[in-house]
Parts: sequence; C-alpha cells; structure tokens
Amino acid sequence: MAKPNFNGPKAVIEIRDLVKIYHLGEVDVRALDGVDLTVNEGEFVAIMGPSGSGKSTLMNIIGCLDRPTSGTYVLDAKDVSRMSRDQRAIIRNAKIGFVFQSFNLLARTSALENVELPLLYADFDGSTRDRKQAARDALHRVGLEGREANHPSQLSGGQQQRVAIARALVTSPAIVLADEPTGNLDSRTSLEIMGIFQDLNDSGKTIVLITHEPDIARHAKRIVHVRDGKIQQDERIMQDRIARKGIEAPIAPVAR
Amino acid sequence: MRNSIVRLGNITVVGLKSIARNKMRSLLTALGIVIGVACVIVSVAIGAGVAQSVSEMINSLGSNFIMVMPGTSTQSGARMFTGNSTLTEEDAEAIKREAPAVGYVSPNTRTAAQVIAGELNWSTSIQGVGVEWPNIRSWNIDEGSFFTEGDVRSGAKVAVLGKTVADNLFPSGGAVGSIVRIKNVPFKVVGVLEKKGGSMMGSDQDDLIIAPYTTVMKRLSGQSKIGMIIVSAASAEQVQDAMDQMDALLRQRHRIPPGGDADFMMRSQEEMAQANAQQVGLMRNLLLGIAIVSLAVGGIGIMNIMLVSVTERTREIGIRMAIGARGRHVLLQFLFEAVTLSVLGGLLGVLFGVGVAKLIERVIKWPIVISPQAIIVAFVVAATIGIFFGFYPARKASKLDPIDALRYE
Ligand SMILES: Nc1ncnc2c1ncn2[C@@H]1O[C@H](COP(=O)(O)OP(=O)(O)OP(=O)(O)O)[C@@H](O)[C@H]1O
Ligand SMILES: [Mg+2]
Repeated sequence: MAKPNFNGPKAVIEIRDLVKIYHLGEVDVRALDGVDLTVNEGEFVAIMGPSGSGKSTLMNIIGCLDRPTSGTYVLDAKDVSRMSRDQRAIIRNAKIGFVFQSFNLLARTSALENVELPLLYADFDGSTRDRKQAARDALHRVGLEGREANHPSQLSGGQQQRVAIARALVTSPAIVLADEPTGNLDSRTSLEIMGIFQDLNDSGKTIVLITHEPDIARHAKRIVHVRDGKIQQDERIMQDRIARKGIEAPIAPVAR
Repeated sequence: MRNSIVRLGNITVVGLKSIARNKMRSLLTALGIVIGVACVIVSVAIGAGVAQSVSEMINSLGSNFIMVMPGTSTQSGARMFTGNSTLTEEDAEAIKREAPAVGYVSPNTRTAAQVIAGELNWSTSIQGVGVEWPNIRSWNIDEGSFFTEGDVRSGAKVAVLGKTVADNLFPSGGAVGSIVRIKNVPFKVVGVLEKKGGSMMGSDQDDLIIAPYTTVMKRLSGQSKIGMIIVSAASAEQVQDAMDQMDALLRQRHRIPPGGDADFMMRSQEEMAQANAQQVGLMRNLLLGIAIVSLAVGGIGIMNIMLVSVTERTREIGIRMAIGARGRHVLLQFLFEAVTLSVLGGLLGVLFGVGVAKLIERVIKWPIVISPQAIIVAFVVAATIGIFFGFYPARKASKLDPIDALRYE
C-alpha cells in the first residue's frame, strides 16, 4: 500500500481515513474523524491543537498502543492497523521509541538500566555486555555520560527526559514519538530537549511530537494542526530555527 | 531457541530486581510461606522422630513379645479395664506348662516408689517379675546376677537395678551387695541391668528396679493378683499359635465360653507396633492438615500482595508494555516474582523449621528426625504455591491495557 515513489522520500507513516470512536455509555466520542497523514523518513513533525482535539489519540494509534475504529495505518511498509496485542508490542519494541510528558522512567532503577529495558524485550542477539554498551552509547548521544548509575530521583527533569530519549533510541526505531515532551520542563530545559531532537533529526531520525506551545513547535520542520479529530492545517517551516541558539540568547549566556 | 532462553533469563532478572528493591515487603509477603513450610518441616520431623523412637521402643521389648493384660477389649478395639486384675500367678504357671508355642513366661506387676540408698534417694518404677524376665526382654545383666527361682518362691527381698537407678543411687559404683530401702523395706541389690539407652518422649527405659513379683506384691503393692503376664513365643512363626493357645487356656481356666467376652486381652509386639504406627499416622495427618492450612493462608497472602503490587505498579507495567513487553513477558515477570518470593519463603521456612525442630529436641527432649525428602517436598510445595497463587495477579497484570496503565496515577 506504500506509495510507489520513484526516487522520492520513503513514507514511514501512512494514515488513511483514520477514525477512532470512544463509547462512553450512550455517547459516542469521535476522537479522530477521518485523519489522513503521511510522514516521510527523516521528517520532524509537530502536531498541535487545542485540548481534546485528538492529538494523544492519534499519537497512541501511531505508537501502536491502540487500534483505530476504522481506516488504515501503514508503518514502515507494514499495515499495523489490525494487528493483535502481541504483534503491536513487537512493533512498538522494534520500530517505535516513546518519549512522554512525565518521563515515565522506572523509579529506583539506574539510568543505564532504564535505557537497557527495551532491549530486554527485544530479539536482541548480543550479550549482556553488548546490551550495556548499546545503552551507554544511547546515553552518550543525549549527553548523559557519567550519569549511568543515577536513579531518576537523582536527576533533574531535563536529565530524566534525556534518559527517556536515550531509551527511545536504544532499539534504533523507525520513528520517535513524543507526547508533550517539554510539558513538565522550564523553557530553557525545553529548548535543550528540542536541541536534542533536532540533532537526532539531523542524523536522519524521523520524529513526531505533540505540543501545545507554538515556540516549541517552531523547532520542527512541519506543523500539523488538529481540531475536533480532523487535520485542519499542514504547514512546512521554511526557516530553520536552531534550539541551541535560543539557549545561547543574549539574556543568559551559558558556557557549554 | 537461544533467543528465547536469553529472553527468559532477562525476564528473570527483571523479577529479581523488583524483589530486591522491596526487601522488607518481600519478607513480610513470604511470611505465610515461611510459617507454613516451617510447620511442614517441624511436623514431619516430629512425626518421623516419634515413629522411629516408638519402633525402637517396641523392638526393645524383646523378640516375639506378647503381653497378656486384664480387662476386655471392646468392639472398637479399645481396651476397657474393669476394676481388679483377674490374672493370677497360677495362670502364668499354666501357660508355661500347657502352651507349647510359648517360650518364656513372667508375671509382671508394677508399682512406683521412692528408693533410698544411704543419703541418696530416687523415685522410680518397681517391676515385679519372674526369673524368665531377662529372656523375654532380651535384657542382660551388667554386674552381679539376676535373682533366682528360689528368691521368687521365698519372696526374697532382692532387687536388680536399672542403669539409671544404679548411677543415681551409687554414683561411685558398688551397687551390687548394697542395701536399698523401698518403702522402708530393705532390699539387697544382687545385680545391675545393662544400659538399654534410647528414650521415648523423654522417658528413660533404664529408670527402673526389678524384683521378684512375689516380694513386690507382698511387701510393696499389697495386691493378690498379678498385673499382667508377659510372654515370648518360642519363635517368630509361633506368635499367633502362642496367642491362640493362651486364649483357649485362659478361657478354660476363667470359665469363659468360646465367643463370650474374655476378662483378659493380648497384644503381640506386632500389634502394638501397628497400633502405634496408626497413632503416629494420625498425628502426622493432623500436622499435615495444619501445614496445608498454613500454606494455603501463605499462598493467599502472596496472591494478596501480588495483587497490591500489580495495582501499585500499574504505571510500571504500562511503561514496560509501551516499550515492547508482551503479555507473556509481564505474566512471566510477576509469576517469577511470586515464585521467587514463595521459594525464598520456603528457604527461610526450612531454616526456621529446622531451627525450631532442633530447639524442640534440646528443650522438650522430643525425638526429631529431619529428612532431606521433607525439605525437598517443602521447596516443591512452596514453588507450586507461588505459581498457583501468583498466576491470577500475573495474568491480571498481563491483561492491562497499556494506555490505561500509562495514565494510572
Ligand atoms: N479512553 C477514552 N475514553 C473515552 N473518551 C476518550 C478516551 N480518551 C480520549 N477520549 C476523548 O477523546 C477526545 C480526544 O482526546 P485526546 O486525549 O486525544 O486529546 P488531546 O488532543 O491529547 O488533548 P490534550 O491536549 O488535553 O492532551 C477527548 O474528547 C477525550 O475526552
Ligand atoms: Mg493529550
């Protein structure tokens, strides 16, 4: 079903006429009402929209945590819209990296162990040492070398979110999904996190993130506006905005 | 194949970490199993110890031993003793004379008294018996000699001391030839029995004095009838014959028609052993019942805590599912955790149970036998309980919806 696109970019996410209806007693809530969305490899998409517009619902389906009521969803050339629980778990493990607003790290578990966790559930052929090395490399990518042994309670919010990003990266997924990743962070730390996402995207990672804040969304390359379960507007950002530049703004220069 | 083993190992590690993180709670959770398994260990140890010491005790009665007691046996097999003994020394003599399958015969009458030797005194049981007593009980004389037929006939004031009595009254030796006073009657010590050793529930077999039954009846107990008659069959094959012959003879002598209620009853060594085995079996079943109840309670405790744990860790389960844990991963994690808890509980229970059993042996002086089988069984039972009672909470965890679980506060 993937679009045969000669020499064009490869589609990672292809969503057609997606509908999600929640049944609340007598009332049917159409959380998604016919969404079409294609995300190509290497894109950095921000999904915006008012509260209750269906952003998280869309994200849960893209992340294979949930199934649509109708419509199709092809992820990385595989139709995942009718998959069973276990099949979706395997897809989540192999193809998707999640970053949540509330970090969702395991408490009383070191940063390294948190990052290792997805590999424990994977068809990971390597030894324990390989696994630890992969986790260490992922932590290194988000700038957390030296913090491997820290527990979440011993890390700042920004650092915790970096651990979560490292955990999302460790399986080399096809897409990284982030639902309001900066919602619990101050603006400076938010920019740091966006900087990491930009770095990842520069190195080829496909990223989809949800945010309320236009300032955050502007660091993506494309903004999709959702309203009442429909895509209302889809815009490309032409002018690159480097998150790190924001941090290095004149008000608070930071030695790096 | 290799992958699935690795994965199983990984899940195992995941479960172990959760337990290590909640040490105190894990311990409290396992407490029910600890107590249940300790119960199993202690009860089996006591049961086995009692069984062993009872069989030792019965074997130490001598070989082919038969006891003839006054009283009737009811239909249920219980013994009823209705007042005075009906057995006489003439009965004993008649058995000796007329029952060919009987080897040795001795009247046996008993009383308890305080025995004084010089400054020392000792309370013990006095057994009045005939000269064939050592043959029946296969009990040898260590020092001196047993009393004679003449001593029995004349009611001589002679006594043979059990080893414990001799050691207590004559700590520096020289018992033979000395005088002991039993109820103020002076008895001359003619011999000391060899040590039998072995005690049954704290009672010491060597704590007794043997004297001619005539003397005991006349001087000490004042009874005219002998308490019971002890007999050994001529051979192991003739035990039943001996019992049949004695039954016929005593019925005839006591003028009891065949089929009528006899005023005496008999027990062979084998019957006593069986009765005891039955009693021990009963006790074991009772203890087993207690153990089953406590293990079930322990299992329910594990189920309860695992359910609490699943609820508390709903978010953790959601995170694990979001990053790729399948239902069976979560199921295995919680199942493994429950089994680890129960097996750790089993381990503590074995240690605790062995400790308690040893304490019982030291303090109450009950015999104890700790068998490796009991320990293995306790472990297997603990693991099974972990699987059985851990399954429901683990399944519940594995069926959680990842989105709901992630949203759980
Ligand atoms: N499990 C559910 N059961 C019933 N209704 C639901 C459920 N989840 C979401 N909804 C409804 O679906 C609609 C979309 O919800 P969704 O969480 O996707 O919104 P959102 O855009 O993420 O909002 P926010 O910005 O506040 O996070 C809302 O009306 C919500 O009430
Ligand atoms: Mg939302």
